[in-house]
Amino acid sequence: MTARVQLPKEAKRGEVIRVRILIQHPMETGFRLDTDMKKVPKNAIRSFVCTYNGVEIFRAELSPGIAANPFLQFSTVAEASGELEFSWVDDAGQREAVRESIRVA
Amino acid sequence: MNRRLFVALLLGSPLAARAQSREEFFASFDSEGLVKKVTGGVAAKHGRVRLVLPLLADNGNSVEMKVSVDSPMSAADHVMSLRLLSERNPERDMAVFHLGPRAGVAEVQSRVRLAGSQRVVALAEMSDGSWWMDTADVVVTLSACIDGTG
Repeated sequence: MTARVQLPKEAKRGEVIRVRILIQHPMETGFRLDTDMKKVPKNAIRSFVCTYNGVEIFRAELSPGIAANPFLQFSTVAEASGELEFSWVDDAGQREAVRESIRVA
Repeated sequence: MNRRLFVALLLGSPLAARAQSREEFFASFDSEGLVKKVTGGVAAKHGRVRLVLPLLADNGNSVEMKVSVDSPMSAADHVMSLRLLSERNPERDMAVFHLGPRAGVAEVQSRVRLAGSQRVVALAEMSDGSWWMDTADVVVTLSACIDGTG
């Protein structure tokens, strides 16, 4: 699993910035069959959290009702220079996290 | 009845029936009832929330979705959670987004899966405890498969 994050490198204090993330994940519904006609087990990212300098700013509970390779765009207020951490866990229990830094003037 | 009239009726009636059934089809979804299952019987007010989905989705496996709420997003008055509910998908809760005053604006974009044409509901819970909703009707040409053939 990998992910791509898009957010401005620099921002003014108090500015609302858009945060976009694209995670590589099949978001298996549990209804799909593989080539041996066996069901592919359900496996979706259930929980997604974004923290800004350790403080939670956005959290999402997802389901197979979200398209494969989930894309999320949300926003936050640029308060201080630091780091945004994105972390998520899927049905298989696999945890993943990425970090991106931001400079606030 | 002459032949011309008969042919006209034959061709025209299924089309007329179809044109009417689209409205009827979407009206058949009980969005208010769906919302009450989440809120615990409390009716949500229409307004403040805006759910944007295409009128026609060629592929139900990935449908662009944008939901926003008219809210100042201050510490005293903000959106707590924003839900996407589906009546036709195998899982009712497609997503729950938890926001707060740190969000600045209440707007989330993503891509959803839709198992067929349906009325999708966006439900927002405000910090004052009130519930607001919006619905969007989507015709899905190719459904996200739930029968195992895809």
